[in-house]
Amino acid sequence: MAGSNSALVTKLVVIVAGMFAFGFALVPLYDVFCDITGINGKTNTTAAVFNAAEVDESRTVTVEFITRTHTGMPWEFRAQTKRVKVHPGELNMVEFYVRNPASRDMVAQAIPSVSPGQAALYLNKTECFCFNSQPLVAGGESLMPMRFYVDPQLPDDITYFTVQYTLFDVTSKGADDKQTNNNPFLTTFAQN
Amino acid sequence: MSKATEIISPEHGAADPHDTHDGHHDHHAPSGIMRWVLTTNHKDIGTLYLWFAFIMFLVGGAMAMVIRAELFQPGLQIVEPNFFNQMTTVHGLIMVFGAVMPAFTGLANWLVPMMIGAPDMALPRMNNWSFWILPFAFTILLASLFVEGGGPAFGWTFYAPLSTTYSGDSTALFVFSVHIMGISSIMGAINVIVTIVNMRAPGMTWMKMPLFVWTWLITAFLLIAVMPVLAGAVTMVLTDKFFGTSFFDAAGGGDPVMFQHIFWFFGHPEVYIMILPAFGIISQIVPTFARKPLFGYASMVYATASIALLSFIVWAHHMFTTGMPVAAEMFFMFATMLISVPTGVKVFNWVATMWRGSMTFEVPMLFALAFIVLFTIGGLSGLMLAITPVDFQYHDTYFVVAHFHYVLVTGAIFSIMAAVYYWIPKWTGRMFDVTLAKWHFWCSLISVNVLFFPMHFVGLAGMPRRIPDYALQFADFNKWISLGGFAFGLSQLIFLVVMIKACRKQGEPVSDRVWEGAEGLEWEIPSPAPYHTFETPPVVK
Repeated sequence: MAGSNSALVTKLVVIVAGMFAFGFALVPLYDVFCDITGINGKTNTTAAVFNAAEVDESRTVTVEFITRTHTGMPWEFRAQTKRVKVHPGELNMVEFYVRNPASRDMVAQAIPSVSPGQAALYLNKTECFCFNSQPLVAGGESLMPMRFYVDPQLPDDITYFTVQYTLFDVTSKGADDKQTNNNPFLTTFAQN
Repeated sequence: MSKATEIISPEHGAADPHDTHDGHHDHHAPSGIMRWVLTTNHKDIGTLYLWFAFIMFLVGGAMAMVIRAELFQPGLQIVEPNFFNQMTTVHGLIMVFGAVMPAFTGLANWLVPMMIGAPDMALPRMNNWSFWILPFAFTILLASLFVEGGGPAFGWTFYAPLSTTYSGDSTALFVFSVHIMGISSIMGAINVIVTIVNMRAPGMTWMKMPLFVWTWLITAFLLIAVMPVLAGAVTMVLTDKFFGTSFFDAAGGGDPVMFQHIFWFFGHPEVYIMILPAFGIISQIVPTFARKPLFGYASMVYATASIALLSFIVWAHHMFTTGMPVAAEMFFMFATMLISVPTGVKVFNWVATMWRGSMTFEVPMLFALAFIVLFTIGGLSGLMLAITPVDFQYHDTYFVVAHFHYVLVTGAIFSIMAAVYYWIPKWTGRMFDVTLAKWHFWCSLISVNVLFFPMHFVGLAGMPRRIPDYALQFADFNKWISLGGFAFGLSQLIFLVVMIKACRKQGEPVSDRVWEGAEGLEWEIPSPAPYHTFETPPVVK
């Protein structure tokens, strides 16, 4: 009955090491899974290219924009257009107003989230302030544009979706293009 | 199972009565405290684990008393909300990692070698380590309560951003203590697997192994699969909080919901880690006192394995309200409900074992019967929670608290008490104080239901968990719950007295078999079990 203890222990330790690695591998796997399925409401993080496809005049989709600032973030942040009716395939532009009431220069990062999450796959942004972090001098204000089109492939049952932007204070992390990658390791170490 | 018990034991009958004293063989063994610090004997280490678990059970229980004292009346009267949060958090951590898991590991240490006819655990020095790092882990965790800003206050589930953004500096202590607990559990699990795979006595084939051994083997595999993921999760919390990473920080490209996915990928198998050995214990005790072999031995083994496999694909039922797509909610709902099939197989098998058996109601059997009834209540409330639409109402209410306390207190803890009462006469050679033990049982049984059953009602009515205050309409029920809690806490002091008396070897000497219907290798050796057993392997026919 007796096999080799050391051989079995080695195998089990390999499983343990593998599962520890798997815990970290869940991080990129999670992002990839959500990217493919679009179930997390995450939108594209780099500019999409608008190819003037056919505009589907027969459908109208209402897109609502809501904004909030993360706890402790003093900026004023609001959508100039609260709600817009669009036809799938046409290019639209909306603007967002920000003001930094603090007495110091700050950097903000906007994070989008789409609800219902399935709509995120069909929201294509050709220009967005959320692609980069946004610096603003003390007391400064700005209008930030966002251009998007809705993919005509949008499932028929989605007639209304909401895009929420949350503004985070990333002053301490510096103005960098953290949205160009999603890897938390790279975003941390890229600044050094 | 009956086949496994035709045994030729070289120990039996041959033992010199003087041999039965602890340490007799170890003429050079250190004495006093160093005996316990340096021991590599599976019985010593089992005892250490069990006493450690009991002390932690009392410490975690004292924290529960603080929680129930604060909730005795609406309003804030005894503790600050931040301290209340520390109590709920550390109570959970201590009970899960300090009481239930070490108690099961202690039982595995005592029983697995004796049940499979092995002289000791396969890796005795590692066994010593896996126990002795535990007191350090819990010293660190408990010490964190006394540092500036207090201990962990984010719930035992340490959801980000509570643990990453809004926590105190003691989070580092929490993370390191969880690391040490994880290392201890992993070493214990590796030891159990190697022992069971390599050290079974000749003739002890897989399908002759006692169910306690089977359930522990499967539990050990769950442990080595998910404890490393927990270690990864706490490490990510540590680096997010102190080293500027953004695993769970949306501003840096991370995602706080991902924390819940990683945590519950560990967390759901973890709840089966805390209940599968209990299934094994009940499957040993019920046949003894029904005087019938276990009904459906093979189906019990397969049911245990099925539960373990299914436990990996149900984690998101803890997160129905995070905004998952309907398809995912449907998947996790049905996968969760599927687990009730193998669990039902087990419950029906225990009932069928008792059917037309010659039942008697000794203390271990009383706890086992209470387990079967009350664990099933916990299982049924779990089934209610599995239904996605109603979970939206039940989520984060006292209904959830009622559910997991039924499966963990009247499930896991009752099974541990049943196990201790069942095997302690074999360990000490003396019968415990049966009168006091019955008092312990009946006081616990009544008070535990006064404690946890009304939680179903206040939960359904909307009382949220982890809040130090509540709306006035919950006042009457909470008073009852607190009274039940105090009574249950006091009842455990009876258990403490019974255990101290038993360990001082007060009581009538018992026979080798102890219980009339007991079957298995551990009942073939003398009582008390000699310090070294099965140095020559028995032959199992």
